[in-house]
Amino acid sequence: MRLPKLNRRVVKGLDLRTLLTALTGEGASGDRIVPPTGFTAHLTLFAAGAMAFLAVFALALSLATGRLADRWSESLAQTVTVRVSAPAGQVEPQTEAVMQILRGTPGVGEPHLLTQDQMADLLTPWFGPDVPVDALPVPRLIELPIADARDFDAEGLRLRLEGEVPGAVLDDHTEWRRPLVTAANRLQVLGILSLMLIAAASAAMITLAAKAALAANGQVIRVLRLIGARDITIATAFVRRFTRRAALGAGVGTLLGLLAVIALPDLDDSSQFLTGLGFQGWSWLWALLIPLVAAGVGFLATRWAALSMLGQVR
Amino acid sequence: MQDAGFGYHGGAPLLSGMTLSLQPGSFHFLTGPSGAGKTTFMRLCYADLLPTAGRMSALGQDMRGLTRDGIAALRRKVGVVHQDPQFLDHLPVAENVALPLTIAGQAVDMAAMRDLLGWVGLAQQARAMPDSLSGGERQRVALARAVILSPDLVLADEPTGNLDWDMSMRLMQLLIELNKSGKTVMVATHDLNLIRATKAQVAARVLRIAGGELHLAGADL
Repeated sequence: MRLPKLNRRVVKGLDLRTLLTALTGEGASGDRIVPPTGFTAHLTLFAAGAMAFLAVFALALSLATGRLADRWSESLAQTVTVRVSAPAGQVEPQTEAVMQILRGTPGVGEPHLLTQDQMADLLTPWFGPDVPVDALPVPRLIELPIADARDFDAEGLRLRLEGEVPGAVLDDHTEWRRPLVTAANRLQVLGILSLMLIAAASAAMITLAAKAALAANGQVIRVLRLIGARDITIATAFVRRFTRRAALGAGVGTLLGLLAVIALPDLDDSSQFLTGLGFQGWSWLWALLIPLVAAGVGFLATRWAALSMLGQVR
Repeated sequence: MQDAGFGYHGGAPLLSGMTLSLQPGSFHFLTGPSGAGKTTFMRLCYADLLPTAGRMSALGQDMRGLTRDGIAALRRKVGVVHQDPQFLDHLPVAENVALPLTIAGQAVDMAAMRDLLGWVGLAQQARAMPDSLSGGERQRVALARAVILSPDLVLADEPTGNLDWDMSMRLMQLLIELNKSGKTVMVATHDLNLIRATKAQVAARVLRIAGGELHLAGADL
């Protein structure tokens, strides 16, 4: 008879290496000490998949609202508008006076007086394509591009216009831009909060599944402890299995979520709020992190559940 | 162990005043009536229970100072065979036998595994599932699992309790072979015929538990 000698090599610890080996499929022979349990396996796969699917949308919402806030902030801050309202005979001279003032204002580009056609285009959404702009008491609008925000003094320009051209009003869009940006930023926070809640709910469900698996495998644990298995060894087998299930479920859920995002209606550029609900450029890579995060959540949740339950068994 | 004792749940001691030293390579029987405390004594030996009185050490380690990992390490050096051995029912015989290697992170030497299964007469059952085995086969699988890490001490708690005489003697032959290869062996049994038959082949000491105390049995055995 030839008996193998006891190898005193330290058994693998339950650390990040365990997480990596779970994802790469190493250590499969050690994992076999845990019997495949259908109920908990399906629960973990389904929970991870569903949560990843939701996480894709929460992430898309968060990224989209972030982009929206940035876009509104940037595009609206790049121009100001001067509106000239005056009695019929005063419109042209006051408009010319405003143009003179704007051309001499530091930090701005060339002012642009909107033509009748451009005014008609602006009014079309409200009055239809046949709007008689000439017949309406529409104020003159001047777009003023901001060339250098550091040199441009909006408040100084507003006071000067009030003093020199009483019918001219400077609109730097702050009044309606700020609540929009605030709303977009809050939506972004809600998106991030949703992601955190999804991660917490995933952790709770995986913990429950892991505890159910541990409870259902009391005999396995007793046998393993009898032959000298350390808590960490038993826990590692459970952790690897649940980590892999969480990653697999989340991978499928993420894929389905991405397909659903891709399948969203492609609206035209004028409805940028809806068209922005998706991933653009490198932001697609953020979605690929979801399965990894799910694996990490599964790893930590199962680790905690396994070690706390095993600690109660001699 | 030195004046060691044990009582369940802090109650009256079931065992007390036990003093014993097992010499390496010795063969001991532990006998006594049912309920005397033989299984409790064996559980103390592999740290499934810890003494509530006195001192006890195994393989150079004080039992009461053992951490959870220390207990696990001790159990890897002690092979245990129970009257009703438990296995992982989802794994075949060979993988059950290899479990101690698996949990120690060691690779399984297939040639050594074949040798071991052949030694216990189960070479043909390597792929069988545990629930398809007879009582005698289960005991031999348990013995193979108990010795695969080449432990210094082998404990068998009523290993023949569910076996007929021929199968009991076959199992005892394996334990005798282990002892002759240098292992320390202790067998708990209340079967005096088995003890007598074994003593004819190996120099075994017989210990008896009676009245909660451990005694060296007389020549009547």
